[in-house]
Formats: sequence, C-alpha cells, structure tokens
Amino acid sequence: MSRFDWLSEYLARLEDEHVVVRRGDAARLAPAHCLILDAEDWGNVARVAADSGYRWAGLWGDPVAEQVIVHAGFVHEGDYLILITEVPLSHPVLASHTPYYPAANRLERHLQDMLGIGFLDHTDGRRWTRHRAWPEGVYPLRNDFPVSGNSPHRTPADSDYPFERILGSGVYEIPVGPVHAGIIEPGHFRFQAVGEEILRLEARLGYVHKGIEKIAVGRDPVGLARLAGRVSGDATVAHTWAACMAMERAAGLDIPPRALAIRAILAECERVANHLGDIGAICNDVGFTFAQMQFGRLREDWLRGNQSVFGHRLLMDFIVPGGVVRNLTYQCKKILQPQHEALSRELDDLLPIIDDHSSLEDRLVETGYLSNEEAQRLGVTGYMGKASGQDYDVRRDHGYAPYDRLDVPSPCLMEGDVAERIRVRAEEIRHSLKLMEHLMRRLPSGPVSVSWPEVVSKREGIGLVESWRGEILSFVRFGEDGRVARFFPRDPSWFSWPALERLIHGNIVPDFPVCNKSVNASYSGHDL
Amino acid sequence: MNPVGWLLALVQALLYIALAPLLAGWVRKVKARLQNRRGASLWQPYQDLYKLFAKEARMAHTASILFRAAPYIVFVATWLAAAAVPLLTSDLATAAIADVIVIAGLLALARFFLALAGMDVGTAFGGMGASREMFVSALAEPAMLMAVFTLAMTAHSTNLSAVVDYQLAGANLLRPSYVFALAGLLLVAIAETGRIPVDNPTTHLELTMIHEAMILEYSGRHLALMEWAAQLKLLLYGVLIANVFFPWGIARDVGAGALGLALVVLLGKLMLLGVVLAVSETVLAKMRLFRAPAFLNLALLLALLGLLSYVILEVGA
Repeated sequence: MSRFDWLSEYLARLEDEHVVVRRGDAARLAPAHCLILDAEDWGNVARVAADSGYRWAGLWGDPVAEQVIVHAGFVHEGDYLILITEVPLSHPVLASHTPYYPAANRLERHLQDMLGIGFLDHTDGRRWTRHRAWPEGVYPLRNDFPVSGNSPHRTPADSDYPFERILGSGVYEIPVGPVHAGIIEPGHFRFQAVGEEILRLEARLGYVHKGIEKIAVGRDPVGLARLAGRVSGDATVAHTWAACMAMERAAGLDIPPRALAIRAILAECERVANHLGDIGAICNDVGFTFAQMQFGRLREDWLRGNQSVFGHRLLMDFIVPGGVVRNLTYQCKKILQPQHEALSRELDDLLPIIDDHSSLEDRLVETGYLSNEEAQRLGVTGYMGKASGQDYDVRRDHGYAPYDRLDVPSPCLMEGDVAERIRVRAEEIRHSLKLMEHLMRRLPSGPVSVSWPEVVSKREGIGLVESWRGEILSFVRFGEDGRVARFFPRDPSWFSWPALERLIHGNIVPDFPVCNKSVNASYSGHDL
Repeated sequence: MNPVGWLLALVQALLYIALAPLLAGWVRKVKARLQNRRGASLWQPYQDLYKLFAKEARMAHTASILFRAAPYIVFVATWLAAAAVPLLTSDLATAAIADVIVIAGLLALARFFLALAGMDVGTAFGGMGASREMFVSALAEPAMLMAVFTLAMTAHSTNLSAVVDYQLAGANLLRPSYVFALAGLLLVAIAETGRIPVDNPTTHLELTMIHEAMILEYSGRHLALMEWAAQLKLLLYGVLIANVFFPWGIARDVGAGALGLALVVLLGKLMLLGVVLAVSETVLAKMRLFRAPAFLNLALLLALLGLLSYVILEVGA
C-alpha cells in the first residue's frame, strides 16, 4: 500500500461536490500534503472528510499581513493532509467543522478568542481560552498585539461563564476547582448530578494560559525548542522533538541517525516514566495505596537514572534543533541496561498484582467507559484511543525516523474502561523497554548534531510525534528574518478533555477522580 | 461511691484522650511499613494536634454559630461515649451509665452535629459528605446495635460493665453467637470510623470523601478537635471490640498492680487490632460508594445470625 493512495478518491468526491481545491506545493509541509481552497468551501471539505472517515487532527490560524491563513489537519492511514484557506482580517468568517467533528469545538473557539475568526453554524459561541484577560475586540495573536501584552493589570477572575445547566427535581450542581486539593494543575469542573449519578460534566479550562503561541514569535530556533519543552512539562521530550522536527523540515535539515536514535531513547524514557506514575496514581485514586507506593518508587528510580545519564530528571532541553545536546557515552549504556532489566523484573511481579486484584477490578472495570465509536468521533489518540479500539500510533503508522526502520508494536484493546487504559499503559511500558534495548544495541555511530543554517526565511514545517499521551502536531513558520513567526503545538489533550466529558456519563461522582486520572489530559498543553 | 472510684473514672476518661492519637499513629505506622515506607513517628498525630491548636482558626463568611460550636459538641459527645466503655476496669463509678444505648445515642449526637456543620457553610463538598455520612450511618447503626444486643442477651443487660463482668465470671466465650457478633461489629467499626474500604481517611480527593468532606472547611483548633474526635472514635471501637469480646486482662480490683497489668494487656490487644486494620487497609481498595450498603447489610446479617444462633443454640443450653 503506497502513501496517499486515498487522496485521489477524496479529490474526486470533492469534485462531485463542486468544491475547487488546488494541490499545494509538495514541499510546503512535507511529508503532509496541502490542499488550498476558498474560504466558502471550508465546511464542505470537512463534511466530505467526515463521510470518508478521516480523523480530524487540529486547526490553527496564522496571521500574515491583512489575512489569516487557516490550517486544518486530517489523517487517514497514517498520512496527513493539511487543508489551507485564507480569510481577510476585515471579514474573518469561516464555516465550522464542529458539526462533523465534535472535537473541533474547542480549537475553533480558541481560534475565535485568539485571532477573532467567527465560525458560522457553530453551536457553541462561548469564549474559551480568553477568560477575561483582554477586552472585547482585542485578539492577542494578531500582529498588531504586542508580545509583551497590553495591560499591566492583573487579569480579573473568570466569572459568569455560562455553563449549561440541567433543570429538574433533584438535579444539583457541584462546582470543583479551579484550585484542587492535590498538587495538580488548575481547571474547573462543573457537574450536574442526581444523587450520586453524573448527568453532565463540563470542564472550564484556560487557567494556565501562558501565551505560548505569542511569546514564540520572534524567537530563534534554540529559543523555540526551549519554549516547546515547556508546553507541557510531562511531555517535554515529545513537544521539543515535534517543534524541532517542524523547524528542521522547514530548514530542509537532515539529522544524523545517531541523534535520531538518541531522541527516540529519550522519548521512550519519558513514556515509561509517565506510564509508571499513572498506573500508581490511578490505583491510589481508588484507595489502593500499595500500588501508588510501588510504582512511585519505580518511577523515582527511573527519574534518577535519567538524571545520571541525561543530566535532567524529566529530560528537558536535551533535544535541540539539529540534533541533541550531548553524545551518549559507553558509560550510559552500562547504567541504562541494568536499570531496564531491573524494571522489567519488578513489573513481572507487580503488574499481575494489579491485574488480578479483585477489589481493584471491582472499581476499575466498566468505570469510565469510552465506546469505540465515541473514541473515533472525537479522534482521540494515545492510550485513550488504544484502549477504545483506535489502532493508531504515529511511530508505526506515520513512521518518522528512527521508528520507520523499527518494528514498533502498538497495543489496541477494545474495552474502553479505566482498567483497559491501565493495561494499554502496562503494555506500552514493555514495548518501550524493548524499543530502547533495540535502539541502544544498534546505536548508529557518527555526530549527534548538525549546525543550523544561517537563515531559514519564510519557510514552514510540521512536526508529528507520538508523545506518551498520543499524537502531537506542531506547526512552525519562520519569518523573513529567520526567526519564528508562528508556532502552534497541538497537544493530544485537545481531544482527551472532550473524551473525559463523555466517558463520565452515568458514572457516580466519587468515581470522577479515577476516571480523570485514567485520562490524565494535560492542562498546560491544552491551555497553551 | 468513694472518691477513689470517681478519680479512677476521671483518669480512665483522660486516658482515652491521651491514647487516641497513639492508636491512629500506630495504624499509620504499620500501614507505612506494609507499603515499604518508613512512615512518620508514632507521635506524629500528637504533633499534628499541637500544630493545629497553635494555628489560627479561619471561618467561612457564611458560617453560623453552629459551625463554631460543632467541634466542641462532637468532641465532648464522642469523649463521653468513649468514657462509658470500660477501659482498664469495669468496676467504676461511671459503670452505671456504661450502657450501649447511651453510647450509640452519644455517637449519633456527635454525628448529627458533624453533618450539620458540614452543611452549614453551604459548600458542595460539605453537603455531599453529610449526605453520604447519613447514608452510611443509617445502615451501620442498626447493625451495631444488633451486634451488641447479642452480647446483651447473654448477659441479660445492655450495660457494658455488666457484660464484661458476666464474661469474666466464667462465661464460655467460644460461642457461635459471639463469633457472628464480633464479625458484624468489625465491619461496622470499619464503616463508622471511616476506614478503607468504606471511606479513605488519607485521600485528598474531595469528590470521594465522606468524613473528610464534612470537615474540609475547618482549620486550627476546630480542625484539631474534629480530628481528635475521629481518633477517639477509632479508639472507642477498638476498646469495645478488645474488651468486650476478649475481656481477659481487665482489672477486677483497683489495685495499682492489676491496673498496670490491665493497661499493658489492653495496649497489646489494641496493637494487634491496629495491625489487623492496617493489613486490611493495605490489601483492599476502596469500594464503590454504592457497594457500601452491601457491605453493611453483611454486617447486619452477621449480627442477626449472632442473635439467632444465640436463641437457637444457646438459650437453655
């Protein structure tokens, strides 16, 4: 099966609908293909894509002079298609994709808040990211808005957000957050419940909006890589890699194989650490502290290994544009290998306990059920998708280097409940250990970085990486001066947050924490 | 009544207050060891209480006088209930009021004010905790009374001192009715003191809380009293189980030697019970809230079986 053999069929269907599209320059966002179309066809292309069963993978706008260039990503069989249109700032209106792709809701509202693009037929016109930070009619991502911001005052607290209410006898509202009891990020959850049963959950996020997209403007490549590493701290490797990949593709830079292998080792290290922490934390949320302590210990040992080998517990800033910061010495292998073997042995003891424990099973099985259809409609990836029958992994299906030369196993389970999401994590840990062993055994020789070309002007690129949460899509455009003009990292959390709102249906209020933990979406990666 | 008797009753009541944090600390310590942790010192609960008493008590703007008064009422009611359970000796001046009905009543009073205080400030969590507490206790209370009535039937008295005396006087303790009642009371004790698998005393997740949700808004000395009352309740159930079902070691006269021995034996029994609790909390995950009725129905059933087996097997035997 060759790449993009489905594209001609899609184009034919568009032609049937009298939609005129132009093939973009093949090199523009390679390896993705671009289609350029008129703004009035924006809704139709999404409808046809939805009918064809393509996954919707993100939406971002890029303000250039007096226009906004709007991009939407679609995925099918591991191939990425980027639809591009232009809308004038004087009349920024587009058709909405939300009727066909429910997960488009928040990204469209984000675009509406940040760039002032209005979406027709959007069922939900409420503000999303902006809270009350900027006055009406001011859009921070537009070029006339200063990077330093325009208000020295503190943002007033967000109030009067019109949550949807359910009326009826016995229905009551439970507001939770944005400040929570644990050391976690801020986000507000509004429950409508009858007795203990949840009828509806609505999340209100945006409390950790850091202006990532705006402060990226004007950075050099190294600065952008550092910023990308802080989009979501627990996925720092994946986000940095995605941003670097986008920049390197824009620059047409070839990365030495040794650097790519080291990047993959880092990414797998990050995956293992996060999955270990999550398995323990999920068990802790149902009062099974034993697992929390054991998996917490394993994670801590793992992070200390990271510290001694890579110089940072969370592996921040090891990946830089053009390669990686340092070479891996022979010494590192001697530390890593026994560590992997030890973890493997411990998991052989611990995972069966989690799997067989009847009182855990009682809590986790059938809790937080996300159906396969719902998962597909929302386009969730990573462990969320893999636990609900969505067999997709960027490493295997899209195949970026160095994974394109490896046999990447990816679990795909069907049950869709909390227990299944634990199982996917457990399997991914084992697969990651195998991948790392393989990568370390055949570590290519050669340099670990190449120098960055003098100036990369007016080029753009996308990066696609399977983070531990799922697919990350990063877009970077360089301006004329060779500095970053636009950066948009799309974290998988944009899709797992809406999934949480759906999978909680019919569960009881005290089961929310464990459902939430099993989803473990990033607040920071989503709020940007 | 002689003054020594009253003095002893007072000492015993004070001993309850003094020992309650120690039991809590012991259970935490054993749990930590079972999880391969070193754990905090046994005296940590005392230090926590000391810290809380030294802190300022903050109050929500919406709090009424009830919110301020509740910690004192809850603490005193729980303390009085505890003081009625024979600790070292059954031969006390207060023995006359050591009645299970009184104890159940005092505990219900404490719970009533605890739930009211939970709802008083009007936060969602407080109300949620209060409703869950009532839901659990409505099922736990009858089971507890039923279990204790099994004892009362053998001793022909609902007075705990009389029950203990009756047993020490040579009653056969290996009766089927006692085994059932003990099992029932153990389950009730777990539910009533908010332990895993019914409630999780160490959780930070408000949405899953029962007891902790009601005292979320408390701080400073108020929180200290609430915490202390919860520790007292744990000790009360521990002593109830230790002394009524396994009465050996209780001093039958009030000599210093006998009382000393009684204290040592009691501590031993409580340590053992603490270990049992810690082990069960380590190997079990918390139940789904809606499984709590099944859990407490089992307790009720066991207590009822105890009662029945007494009537069928032991009356007239």
